[in-house]
Amino acid sequence: MKNEKTSSKPFIALVMGGIALSLSSYGAAAQQTLTVVSFGGAYQEGQSKALFQPAAKALGITVKEETYSSIADLRLKVKAGAVTWDVVASGSGSAARAGTEGIIEKLDYKVIDTKDFLPNLAGDYCVGGDVFSTVLAWNTKTFGDNGPKSWADFWDVKKFPGKRAYRKGVAGALEPALMADGVPADKVYEVLSAPGGIERAIKKIKELKPHVAVWWTSGAQHAQLMKDGEVDMITGWNGRFDVVAKDGAKVAYTFNQALLDYDCFAVPKGAPNKDLAMKFLAEISKPQYQAEFTKYITYGPTNKKAYDLGTIDAAYAKKLPSYPDNAATQLTINLDWYIKFEAQAAAAYENMLSE
Amino acid sequence: MSHVAGPNAYNLRRDALIERLALFSLTGPALLLVATVMLVPVGWLFWLSFLNDAGGLSPEHYLRMLSQPSYERAFRATFEISFTTTAICILLGYPLAYVLSQLPRRAANICMIAVMLPFWTSLLVRTYAWLVLLQRQGIINTWGIKLGLWDAPLALVHNLNGTLIGMVHIMLPFLVLPVYASMRAIDPDYLKAAANLGASPTRAFWLVFLPLSLPGLLAGALIVFILCLGFYVTPAVLGGGKITMVANRIATDIELFFNWGAASSLGVVLFILTVMILYVASRLVRLERLLGGGDA
Repeated sequence: MKNEKTSSKPFIALVMGGIALSLSSYGAAAQQTLTVVSFGGAYQEGQSKALFQPAAKALGITVKEETYSSIADLRLKVKAGAVTWDVVASGSGSAARAGTEGIIEKLDYKVIDTKDFLPNLAGDYCVGGDVFSTVLAWNTKTFGDNGPKSWADFWDVKKFPGKRAYRKGVAGALEPALMADGVPADKVYEVLSAPGGIERAIKKIKELKPHVAVWWTSGAQHAQLMKDGEVDMITGWNGRFDVVAKDGAKVAYTFNQALLDYDCFAVPKGAPNKDLAMKFLAEISKPQYQAEFTKYITYGPTNKKAYDLGTIDAAYAKKLPSYPDNAATQLTINLDWYIKFEAQAAAAYENMLSE
Repeated sequence: MSHVAGPNAYNLRRDALIERLALFSLTGPALLLVATVMLVPVGWLFWLSFLNDAGGLSPEHYLRMLSQPSYERAFRATFEISFTTTAICILLGYPLAYVLSQLPRRAANICMIAVMLPFWTSLLVRTYAWLVLLQRQGIINTWGIKLGLWDAPLALVHNLNGTLIGMVHIMLPFLVLPVYASMRAIDPDYLKAAANLGASPTRAFWLVFLPLSLPGLLAGALIVFILCLGFYVTPAVLGGGKITMVANRIATDIELFFNWGAASSLGVVLFILTVMILYVASRLVRLERLLGGGDA
């Protein structure tokens, strides 16, 4: 008992000291805190080291990082009126839909400078942070040097016999089918928007369905499928294949006819520090931050000036999805189409899958 | 009774009531827990399923299920897979439990640990372990081809086969345990009496042992079936995207619509269908006796 009494004094002192300390740091620096949320893992680690913390230092603020799993989490927060996040990382499609739903703010492009951005990578609600591609990849053990080169080859099971894997979700699934069906890349969304376009793509996928061994649902999964040699040809995100190739997986991919897409940053409706969030986004959109981020994963910068700084190794730059030569052979995802048609297309896709 | 001060009926009844309330209050913490972490969120999700995006009352989430055939297929697949898993579990589990029940207690306990062991391993780990075993260049296919048992890799996983293998593996202990308990409770004298009356061992099994073990079997089968209805991880990992059970569809809808109402409407329908099945089952067999355990 006696011991307890005496030991409580240092404890109280500690608490008082802690309070004093936190008060003083408030008063002296008056540092503002911005809460940034992303998807965790190696991706957020790269973002943290290349973007968030250096930008915080440059702006003289504190950045608090959190992780979340999907926009559904944000939707709940906004609906409940309990928004604690200032900046959220998101997929471009999710952010576009969240924008039409009214749960994220319009971005202030008077503050955020995107004049050096690649085309279509900054939307009303979401500014692009990195560029990735949905590519055609193949097992180099199965096909050697004569791998498939186009979506038509992906569909050609006579010339390229072997098991396929394709995405279980509709995002990025219809465009390759139309290109395989002979639609030129620049006409894909035109066809998809016209009546019967979605059905045409789905019919083409149905053709391939008996040869699809796995319908993948995540980046980790499609990378693992190639590492295990479970399938011979697959669609997926380029960065993931690079990671497993480094691990010894027999996989190669092409940017030809790939789908160029981007991850982006948005500001939730009712964010506590909206103005500061805009300044923060302006900062991390600068080329030097974007160049730094490529060191952590083979996702390209959205700001094309990042290539001119000389900080990205020339050979390495050629591997990035937004490298001008690579970008030229790709089809950029059309978010307006997804906002209008995704629900309808997803329903048709699910029906095709469940048949 | 004589030492009680005022031994009238009123006092006794009051004491009994107080005692019963005191006893009931022991369930307080559990009731509170169930109410706060079960009833409130589930009730809230139920309510959300009747709201549209704008927050108004609307049956749109339920109408969507009727208008798109993929939903009906997901429900059909859920019940078919659950039924098949239960059937396989019965075929594998009943003989196993029978053998165990005939062993001496000590040996049976050791075997029981073997049955329970996978039960104590994470479901996720076991599911991924099956993936490693069953895939195209997995252990089973590699060795099967090496030993000349088959020429081309068998399609063991990323389909219905893999899903069923994984689910049966996970659910088997849930069947074996109640069946074993009910078999142990059968008085061996009944079988001796049957033999004494001229029944062959086979006849004694069919006419005496099986009917007596049936309540345990039905209880086990029911538990397996109902747990199967909610499976998510196993079909997602071992089904190769071809197996869509209701739980998988709920996940898809959450991603697609960002909408808890759309997803919870699926849960509501699954719940109602499950209750209906329980009701039908209870008409067929006396449910309260099943849930009371195998004390036939």
